[in-house]
This record gives sequence, structure tokens and C-alpha cells, in this order.
Amino acid sequence: MRAQVGNDAKCQGCMPSRRTLLKASAAGLLGAAAMGLSGCAGSALADALSGVGADADGAARAVPDIGAGEVKVGVMHSLSGTMAMSETSVRDAELLAIEEINAAGGVLGRQIVPVVEDGASDNATFAEKAEKLLMSDHVAAVFGCWTSASRKAVLPVFERCNGLLWYPVQYEGMESSKNIFYVGAAPNQQIVPAVDYLAEQYGKRIFLLGSDYVFPRTANTVIKAQAAAKGYEIVGEEYTPMGHTDYATVINKIRAAQPDYVFNTLNGDSNVSFFKQLRDSGITADDLMTCSVSVAEEEVAGIGASYLEGHMTSWNYYETTSTPENDRFVAAYKERYGSGRVTDDPIEAGYCAVHLWAAACEKAGSFEVDDVRAAAGGVTFQAPEGLMTIDGDNQHMYKTVRIGRVNADGLIDEVWASDEPLKPDPYLTGYAWAKDLS
Amino acid sequence: MVETLVMQAFNGISLSSILFLAAIGLAVTFSLMHVINMAHGEFIMVGAYTAYVVQGAFSGFGDAFGLYVPVAIVMSFVVAAALGAVVEKLIVSRLYGRVADSLLVTWGLSLVLQQLARNLFGSANVGVEVPSYLAGSFEIGGIALPYTRIWILVIALACLLGVYLFMFRTRFGRTVRAVMQNRPMAAALGVNTRRVDAITFALGSGLAGLAGCTLTWIGLVGSGLGQNYITQAFMTVVVGGAGSVFGSVFGAGFIGIGQSIFEFLTDASLGQALIFLAVILLLQFRPKGIFAVSSRSLEDE
Amino acid sequence: MALTQSSKTQRNRLVLAFVIFAMLAVVPAVLPLFRTTLIARFMCYAVVALGLDMIWGYTGIMSLGHGVYFGLGAYCMAMYLKLAAAGGGIPDFMQWSGFDALPAWWTPFANPAFAFAMVVLVPVVVSVAVGLLTFLHNIKGVYFSILSQALALIMSVLLVGSQQYTGGSNGLTDFDTILGAPLASSATKVALYYVTLAVLVAVFALCFFLVNRRIGKIFMAIRDSENRVRFTGYNTAVFKVFVYALSAAVAGIAGALYVSQVGIITPADVGVAPSIEMIVWVAIGGRGTLVGAVIGALLTSGVETVASETFPDLWNYLLGLVCIVVVLFLPGGLMDLPRVPARVRAWLNRSHTGGAGSLALAASCPADVAAVNVDPAFDGAPAMQPAPSPAFSDDSSDERDPASSGAHAPTAGQTSSDSASASRKEA
Repeated sequence: MRAQVGNDAKCQGCMPSRRTLLKASAAGLLGAAAMGLSGCAGSALADALSGVGADADGAARAVPDIGAGEVKVGVMHSLSGTMAMSETSVRDAELLAIEEINAAGGVLGRQIVPVVEDGASDNATFAEKAEKLLMSDHVAAVFGCWTSASRKAVLPVFERCNGLLWYPVQYEGMESSKNIFYVGAAPNQQIVPAVDYLAEQYGKRIFLLGSDYVFPRTANTVIKAQAAAKGYEIVGEEYTPMGHTDYATVINKIRAAQPDYVFNTLNGDSNVSFFKQLRDSGITADDLMTCSVSVAEEEVAGIGASYLEGHMTSWNYYETTSTPENDRFVAAYKERYGSGRVTDDPIEAGYCAVHLWAAACEKAGSFEVDDVRAAAGGVTFQAPEGLMTIDGDNQHMYKTVRIGRVNADGLIDEVWASDEPLKPDPYLTGYAWAKDLS
Repeated sequence: MVETLVMQAFNGISLSSILFLAAIGLAVTFSLMHVINMAHGEFIMVGAYTAYVVQGAFSGFGDAFGLYVPVAIVMSFVVAAALGAVVEKLIVSRLYGRVADSLLVTWGLSLVLQQLARNLFGSANVGVEVPSYLAGSFEIGGIALPYTRIWILVIALACLLGVYLFMFRTRFGRTVRAVMQNRPMAAALGVNTRRVDAITFALGSGLAGLAGCTLTWIGLVGSGLGQNYITQAFMTVVVGGAGSVFGSVFGAGFIGIGQSIFEFLTDASLGQALIFLAVILLLQFRPKGIFAVSSRSLEDE
Repeated sequence: MALTQSSKTQRNRLVLAFVIFAMLAVVPAVLPLFRTTLIARFMCYAVVALGLDMIWGYTGIMSLGHGVYFGLGAYCMAMYLKLAAAGGGIPDFMQWSGFDALPAWWTPFANPAFAFAMVVLVPVVVSVAVGLLTFLHNIKGVYFSILSQALALIMSVLLVGSQQYTGGSNGLTDFDTILGAPLASSATKVALYYVTLAVLVAVFALCFFLVNRRIGKIFMAIRDSENRVRFTGYNTAVFKVFVYALSAAVAGIAGALYVSQVGIITPADVGVAPSIEMIVWVAIGGRGTLVGAVIGALLTSGVETVASETFPDLWNYLLGLVCIVVVLFLPGGLMDLPRVPARVRAWLNRSHTGGAGSLALAASCPADVAAVNVDPAFDGAPAMQPAPSPAFSDDSSDERDPASSGAHAPTAGQTSSDSASASRKEA
């Protein structure tokens, strides 16, 4: 009775009868042929055969679907996986902005309907969801992404389908797609001024510490060029893999190198280990200053304010930034999501992105991507961080640089700000020392 | 320069003690039951969150805040051990002898536990404050040794001693060793192997929880905590040899000190790759780890 | 009787496979383009799963690092696509890293024929090297699994670390054309879809052919009792290296197809977590059945997409619980579902007659097909056990499996011909 598949001596016996096979495959193929020829409307095969909905390249283009009285937009962040802890708050801020705009009558008289998608901290998923939002939901714009990798993953999709992505996070620069609006800082609006400021305040010996991925490496390439031109000395450069937990060796190297300050581009989780172990080895901000560009109020809460007190950060916005718009924004955010929540730079940028898009649509009088893009240059928004203006040349924003210091409550107090919003310069063309970089 | 080298030597020992704590529970359960517990990292996470909760409960006590540490150490052990006992009863007890299956099932369990942590405590990391007596470092002539790391080293040694006493100086420990060496024979002689397995698994989970508690002092507390340590913990057990709990002392030392040296000489990424390469090369000569119990039986495992 | 039953099972599986392939062939005709591309991505996973089923389901080697080979194939293909998009220049990320010229080892990848060959060759060379280092030195079982996991970790760390050559954590993306055809056009996408389907069918046919040949029986024999195979005069390491290399090549091809359709490959796609998920597909679908691997990969990824669109939070619970429940109670995976009613009946009958019963559905079933991975000790009823062991010393000296349920009398291993109860020692 016991069957012995693997040991059948006669393998011919394993073969299915030819008739069964033929039946099954014939049914399938016939079905395929029938439906293909009849051109099941909107199917991939129909598209391929007829070239419907394709431009000269044969590529499909997204067309915003403007329903009666409403307009759809995509909100695409990681709601699960490792990036969820950062991105869910940005989504919240974007939804808050949409609610505000809707309450005030909408855009061009239409209510905004958000379509929320989960990128699941996975780049391929981001690309897939972007395509769904553009080609299936026909959204007029997408607010989303956090990591550079996810932005790079969706960039070809947005360019091909001619969609519009509003990206809320500071990044390493060296990019300018006509289908992306960069609402976070370019390097010259965050990194370059911070390096100069700290060198002036604390000294010229700089130790570069970062996670091993694109943003820190590119940022440090910029800093090294800047240091060479300004006469700063880079006394060390260390990268640690994502999820690295033991910083004792790195701290030992920092000690041995005796820098005047550490420029820190570690990403999220690694900061927890680094700052805890830094303080436990007896080094406080009084002994050695650090300046972080990826630690905002949300991260401070996850590390513990006591570990970070006195250390510096560089952003364009803090919860403590004193503008009337920010008072309103912080109050609205806390009322909507709970008083325990904090706001920070990417959250604020997500909020501004929606308002900027709405303003650009109003100016264009249209939701069409090409019209919005054409109208966007010079559009302004009185943002919580101060006046924000879209630079029509590279679709980045004019932003004010703010260097701050973490206080005992886990908030960040501004210690220096640029006099006016700086023009974005993603390729650092305005700096002679950077001419070899791009 | 001398100070740097001394501190680096301490770093190697300290990293070894951390790895030992993270791996000892795994070594115990693996050598006894041959169950690959992919959820081991999540037991560490459970211990860490327990410490966070205890710390939160003490935060209102003012000066007594520092007392939370011993309470947290005990509670982390107890909570993780209790969870381990439940998991053993419901899941692992059905899997003895199915090594690959135990790996898959516990992987599924780790997904569930991680998501549970996110839903209970939020997806962001939580902050744990340490009492003043753990902050700072012991300084002597330019050498600074963090108190947290000294304490972790002490706790690791205490665990080692505890496991040693348990295994070699108690009656129950003797039955555990008997089951490790020859399960059918132990069973035939009247040892209740079911009970031995259940208690040992709970113990191993408890040790993971204890590790989690100590890790809150030097690293993040979040749902991803366990994943950061799991691969290294496995490597520690593999290098040491599954047959011997003390193998994991050697495994932890090999990986901890080796990684500190490599990282000091090169950088962290390369250091990690080099140490794994060294492990692969090491296994060329000792396929079952350094301290593998030699046996004349031919295992197909 | 045994013979007819097994050939019937094999035939049923083949029919099932053809029904699946026929349904997949219809997909582009009924679904919109982006869903079609999505299903093409799942088919790439199914190809990887087939390779994994060969080494795990049939040969009993559990690799937790197949993302490495998937990644190698994908990166080889991506290098070609990137150079095609750069149009004679150097890729954008290299410019930022200060390169003026293409690194020498990138140059030949501009030639599609070379790149396509590398998609297969690189994984094969690496896997043979790894295989020789491990299998020849008798590193097996759990030790191999954990080493392969470390391999995946090293691979992703090194890819991230050598940003100037690999694009770092951003990976390789932003491609333009493949063999001159624009990747974005619907015609290319549908064509690639059918290429993927053809590869899936071809790989399935190859695997099906192999497992029904003599070599397939050796694989299964290695899985069930490697020592016996060695004592019979076979050099098992050679067979293991061969099947490992085969699965690596298959994974490489899948990776190449994946990157041309998804348009991006990053180190995150080749690390530890995706590698484990690959094994989970096979486990859920049903190991040692080939078609089960295809079903597992398609279904798991499909449900993941649907679930994450509706309840992102719940997906982890779902996958985790399905993994637990399937492996605990349905070790044969979804392929075992049709036999569940019979088993429930058998279990009910047995509890009626007072037999000790665990709810493990698999336990009481007649082990009529390969892949019913029943640990005899797991069963509550010695009466249902296979014939007594022919007392091969290697098997019965395996101290763990018989007594693992403690309370029961040791039940020795099965007859050597009993490949049916398969991979109880597959790790």
C-alpha cells in the first residue's frame, strides 16, 4: 500500500496521460487566444497588440482621473517593515494637510481623496505601488518615499508614466528629475553650512561617521571636498553597516583621532547604540561635539533625551521653530494624533508638500502634470519653517538652514539660522570646490 | 596609543560577553533539543521591552529609580522564560527531530512577535534611561571603561557560573546532560525527557530575556532589536560547537575579539565580512564546531 | 498498487502544473499591464522556489542564503541594462564616486551575450566554490543552513559597502532598453512576461525530468539517509554540489528576469530576510513536489500584495501564523490539503478506538507520497508506523529522532525504500 514515488523503477509510469495534458493546455491557450483577440479592454495584451494608451516609445502615460468634485492623490510610505517607524508620521502629516485643504474648500473647488499605499520598506514594492497609483488609480500627484533607494526605485516609473512625486526628506543631492519635487533639503541647505558653522565654533579637525549607504558616503564626499578647500582636516572616516550595534571600536578610534567635532550621518537605529555608548564611555557634548543630520525630534525620543542633550543637529525645521504658522501646525498635529507626538523636519516637509502642490495646481488652474510643473516655479507657501519657494530650475525648495541643540526635554533649540532661505543647489554648482563632484 | 590598545582589548572582551549573553540561551536549547530557534532574537526583544516597562514603572519613584535594575533583570528573565514555556508547550514540543521545520515555525513566530511588539509599543524605538550608577565610565590614566560594559561582563560571567552550577552541580542538570548525550537511553532509564525539554527551553528563553535587559543599556529598544543579534548568535553557537555549552564561550570570544580586531584594523563592514569568512574557514577543519562532542555514531543530521 | 498510486500522484501534479501554466498564459489577456508585470515578478519567485525545492525538498539541503544567487544573476543582468541605459557613458552613480572610466570588470557587461552568460555562470561558479568548501568537508544540516545565512548577510554588506561599483544601498535602477527594445513599452513587458513563463515551464520540466530519473532517486536517498548512500559507493558530495549549483543557476536566471521587469535590484533584495522567505514559499506550497513550490511562491506573494494593499499591519501576523500552522499541522504544505478530510476521519476513528492522538493531521495519513514529512515519533500511535527498521546502524544510532517524543517507545527509522516519509531529517 505504501507508495514509493522516488523509487519507481519505471518512470514512464509517472507521465500523465497525453490526453489530460492536451485538454488542460488547450483549454488555457484557447482561452488566452480568445480573450487576447477579443481584446479584453485594458488588458496588458490588448495594450501590447494595439499600442493603445502608448506614446512614441510605446510606453503608457498616466492620465490624472479628475472625478466630479474630487481629485485623487497617492500617499505612498512604508507602513510596515523597518522604515515604518519613520514614515508613518510623515503619512500622518500629509493626511493632516489634505484634511486642512479639504476643510478650506479643496483645490480648484475639488475635494482631495487620498489613496494610501504601503511601500513595506521594500524598494520593488515601492516601484510596484507607484505604478498602481499612476496607471490604475490615476492619481494627480503622489506624496511619498523616504529612503533614497525607494526614491531611485520609483523614479523611472514616474518619468515613464509622467507622474508627479513630492519627496519630503533631505537627501544627498546629485539628482533633479522633472517628475519629482524635492521638498527636503539639498546638501547645500543642510550639510555644507553645518560643517562650516561647527568648524568655526569648535575647530577644524573633523571626524566623519556614517552608516554604510548612499547618503552618508555621498555627503562625506562633499564634506571632504569642502574641507580640502577650506583648510579643515578630516581626521577619520568610518562607516558601519545597517543594524550595527557595537560602537565601542568606533568610539575608540574617535578618541584616538582627537577630532574637534564628529559629523554624524548615521541612520536611525544605529544612532541609538552610538549615542548610548558614547556617553557611557564618558564622552558628553562638553567633551566632544557631534552634529547629526539624520537625528530629528522623533529619533531623539527613541534614543532618550539625556544621551543627546547638548549635541547639535542641522535641519530646516524644529518643533520649537517660532513662526505663527508653526504654532498652528504643531497644535493641529498634536490635536489630531495625540499630545505625545512630536513634529520634526520630514514631518513638516510632508505637510508642506501637499500645500505646495495645491498651490501649484491653483496657479496652473489644472491638475495635469505638465501644467502643474510649468506653473510650479516661484510658487510659495508660508510654511511652519518660514517662507518656502519652489525653484523652477531644479524643482527643489528655497529653505532656511537651522542649526540646533538638543535640550533636556528632547526638543531641539535653534542656535543659528541662515539669514534668508537659501537657493537649492543639488549639484553644488555654486561652490568652486565641488566642481569635480558632479 | 597604549591606552587605545588597552581599551580595544577591553572592547573585544566586552563584545564577546555581549555575544555570549545573546547566544547562551540558544546554545542550551540547540544542544539539548536540536531545535533551531529563529525566534531567539525575539525573546531577547521581550526581555528588553520588559526592562523598558519596569523602568517606566519606577520612573515616578525619584531616588529609588536606580533600584529598577535588579527588578528588571529578574523580571526580564521571568517573563521571557514564561513565554518560552508557553511556546515550548504549544509549538516546539511538536517539532523535536524536525530541525528544518523547527526553523521555519520559529521564524513564523518571530514575525508574529515583532508585529505584536509594534502594535503594543508603537513602531518607533522607545528610550530607556539608565540609573546614574551605570552612566559614565571607570577612568584610570587615560583609559575609560564604561560601567555598563563592566556590568554586562559581570552578568555574563555570573550567567556562565550559573549555567555551570546548574548543569554540573545539580541533579536536574545531570539529567539534562544525560538527555543531551543519549536521549533514548535516558528515557529508557526513566528520565522524563518531556519535562527536561520544557524546563530547559524555558531556561534558555529566560537567558535570552536577561540578555535583552542588559542590551537596553547600550543599544536600541525596538521591534528590530532581536534581528540585529540573531545571525551573530547563531554563528557563535556554530563556532563553539552545538554539543557543548562552553563551546559558546569560545565562540563568543572568537567572534567578539576577532571582530574587534578586524574592525579596528579595517572598518566595520569589512570587519563583519572578514569574521564570517574566518568562521567558514574554521569550520573547514572542525565542521561541527570547536567543542563538538565527539561521537562514533553516524548522524545524518 | 504502490506503483500505480505514485504514478497517479505524479500525473495529478503534472496536470495541476499545466493548469497553473495555462492560467498564467491567459493573464496578460485579462489583467491590466501593471498587474501582469506583478505576476511576472511572482513567476520569477516561483522559478527560485523550484530550484530550492530541488535542493531542499528533494536533496534535504536547507539553504537560507539563496538570495545570494538570485542577487548575483540580477546584478549581472542589471549591469548590462545599466550600461545599455548609459549609452556608452558610465553609470550615474559612478560619476559621483569620481570615476572617469568604467572599471575594467564592468566593461564586458555591455555585451548582452556576455551578460546573459554571466547570469548563469557567476552563480554556478560561486555555488560550486561554496559547495566544495562545505559539502566536501562534511559541513551539513543546520551548520550549512546557518553558514548560508551568514553568506547572505556578507553578500548584502559587501554590496552596500562597495558603492562605487554596485550603487550601494540604492542598488542598480533606472534602465532604458533591453536588446534595443524599450523596457517601458507594453509590448516589451508582455514579451518579457511570456519569456518568464517559458523559463518557468522549462525549469519545471527540467526538474520534473531529473527527479523522475535515477539521479532524482539519489537526491532523495541523500535526503533520507546520506550515509547509506555513501556506503553504497556514491560520492554524495558530488551530487550535492551538482544540485546546489543547479539551483543557484536557476536562481540566477530568475534574478535576471526579475530585474528586467521590476527595474531595480538592491542589496535589501538579496539579504537574509528575503532568503528565508524563499524557503517559506516552498514550505507553504509543499516541499518535494515541484508544483507545490510554484504554488507556494505564487500564492504567498499574491496574498502578500493583496493583504498589504488592505491591511498592511496584518500581513506579518498572517504570514507568521500560516507558516506556523502549515509546518506544524500540514508538513506537506498546501499540496497536502486534499488529503486533510481523510486524515481527519482517520484521526477521529482512532480517537474513538482509544488511540493516543495528536491533532497533527499529517501524522495519521498513509505516507503515500513523497513529501509527507512525518516524523514517526511525532505520531502518537506506534501502530501506524512503518515496518520495523532493518537495523541499519547509522539510522538507528541517530539518537534524536526516535525518542524525541520521550514517552513513546523508540520507533526506528524506515526502510531505505521508504522515501515517502521523506525529509524528516532534511535539515
